[in-house]
Amino acid sequence: MSWIILKIIFISVIFGLSLFIAMYSTYAERKIAAFLQDRLGPNRAGPFGLLQPLADGVKLFFKEEFIPMKADRWLFLMGPGFFMITALMTSAVIPFGPDIIVDGKPFSLQATDINVGLLYIFGVVSLGVYGILIGGWASNNKFSLLGAIRAASQNISYELAMGLSIIALVMMSSSLSLKDIVDQQAGWHWNVFYQPLGFLIFLVCAFAETNRAPFDLPECETELVGGYHTEFSSMKLGFYLFAEYINMFISSAVLATLFFGGYHFPGISSMEPGILKTALSVGVMFGKIFFFIFFFMWVRWTLPRFRYDQLMNLGWRILIPLAVINILITGAVILYKMGL
Amino acid sequence: MESTAPEIFSAIPLTHYILLSAALFVVGLIGVMTRKSIIIVFMCIEIMLNAANLMLTSTSAYYGNPGGQIMVFFTMAVAAAEVAVGLAIIVMVYKNLKSTNIDVFNKLKG
Amino acid sequence: MIDKIFYALSIATILCACMVVISKHPIRSILFLVATFFLISAHYVLLNAQFLALVNIVVYAGAIMVLFLFVVMFLNLNKEVEPYKGFLPWLAALVGGGSFFLIVISALQKSNLLQNENANHSIGLVENLGNVLYKEYLLPMEISSVLFLIAMAGVVLLSRKEKIVNE
Repeated sequence: MSWIILKIIFISVIFGLSLFIAMYSTYAERKIAAFLQDRLGPNRAGPFGLLQPLADGVKLFFKEEFIPMKADRWLFLMGPGFFMITALMTSAVIPFGPDIIVDGKPFSLQATDINVGLLYIFGVVSLGVYGILIGGWASNNKFSLLGAIRAASQNISYELAMGLSIIALVMMSSSLSLKDIVDQQAGWHWNVFYQPLGFLIFLVCAFAETNRAPFDLPECETELVGGYHTEFSSMKLGFYLFAEYINMFISSAVLATLFFGGYHFPGISSMEPGILKTALSVGVMFGKIFFFIFFFMWVRWTLPRFRYDQLMNLGWRILIPLAVINILITGAVILYKMGL
Repeated sequence: MESTAPEIFSAIPLTHYILLSAALFVVGLIGVMTRKSIIIVFMCIEIMLNAANLMLTSTSAYYGNPGGQIMVFFTMAVAAAEVAVGLAIIVMVYKNLKSTNIDVFNKLKG
Repeated sequence: MIDKIFYALSIATILCACMVVISKHPIRSILFLVATFFLISAHYVLLNAQFLALVNIVVYAGAIMVLFLFVVMFLNLNKEVEPYKGFLPWLAALVGGGSFFLIVISALQKSNLLQNENANHSIGLVENLGNVLYKEYLLPMEISSVLFLIAMAGVVLLSRKEKIVNE
């Protein structure tokens, strides 16, 4: 089969897989929350409640769609769309496994391997603010606007610390391409052992960027009614909630790729290339992603929510200086190793 | 995205890029001269800056001289700083004059 | 094939820029401007200037336009209420802009652009650009950091509330 057909199949598979994993993340969230709160989760729809996401989806489709009276119609319809687009776009550069041999030519399990993959992820994360801002503004509602502005300011504050924490990583790997960063972590050289502080900062910023607790002030119901998605109903609300879970999946994938060795595992990466090695590596990658998704949910039901000024204080006055100190220490160690 | 010699350098002559930048610049210029809202005027200035950036980048790419792209890098940095300060000034002026129509900003007129 | 891509991108860019100027809603102008920046980044990718394409998205579309959106939302600017003062300002602007464009076209006609057959077409990649930036242009880099510090201090100073002086 020609190369472009294979790529299209691969991209559709990744697209479908992100949607499927996001769908069952909603189910997993409710089951894990139930487990942590010593109760049963959903167990009526299908065996063990496994058909619950389908039931939720059907419910959302059948709700009434309304657009508030003075709302800007086009922007109201486009807001959730922007959010979903930026959530799905990041999956284009994540390497899901080593090369497989098709017709004698290696086919990489990564939609595109651009030279500046890390910068691309950073750019798409910066664009995620637009979906929230447009949705909050187009609702023509003071609470929505306030929630949107809080969410946007949280997003842009933590995006700075995220970028700074990645710089030390790039200094160590001398490359912005995600495939190079993953390939340098073969064996036990996972980046989390070399950059523990960078990993911690990036983890906290990933929580803040995906609006997950303890940083979920923009959308908690006790503070601002519904925040920026108060006025949205039916599938537009479904898009917002769904895109948040896709964001969580993508953040887990980026964390696994940058700091935990991606699809490498000591023992598996030294096998000869073949179907078995690829399948095991993809399994390892998804195992790491699911661990991080579980971690996201675990923290949600453990820590209380941050207040707005505590959140801003953490982002600007604690994380940014820590990230800069991380860069200094990394630079000093690299110079020392180079013999200066 | 890696390629040894992108085909665009043989398919499109440099004059096309210069004309495109000039057209974008003219669109921004018309916006600055015509619109009356200070925010829109500011955005049209950004269009003009981007048109100049496009011309610098295309010339630098066609001749293999990295100086053009470095200049664009610094232009973007300066534009970001300028937008921050400019928007702060606009917010202050709006607080005092309660309007964003540039015909009202004539307090310094003798 | 690639020249069709170039022409399509150019027409889309100029169309989006025109919509920025013409549109009556400030928010729609901002969104069209974001689209314009995306299309200009696409041009940079065509020219193999990958780093600049992404930095354009991160800086312009991701930060500067968010600032604009914040200001428009705070000032609560809805549909423009400026009165339509006739088509004379537009005619004057069109004549002025059009004559500028004519000057550029005629200058290009007379000029004779040099060709460079063995130009290095990979200077847009991150490694090469980074090398040049940190070796030959180190001083402007460091001075631009001072520039950012001054801009930040200026913005904080401008937006401070004035102290009430006790007479």
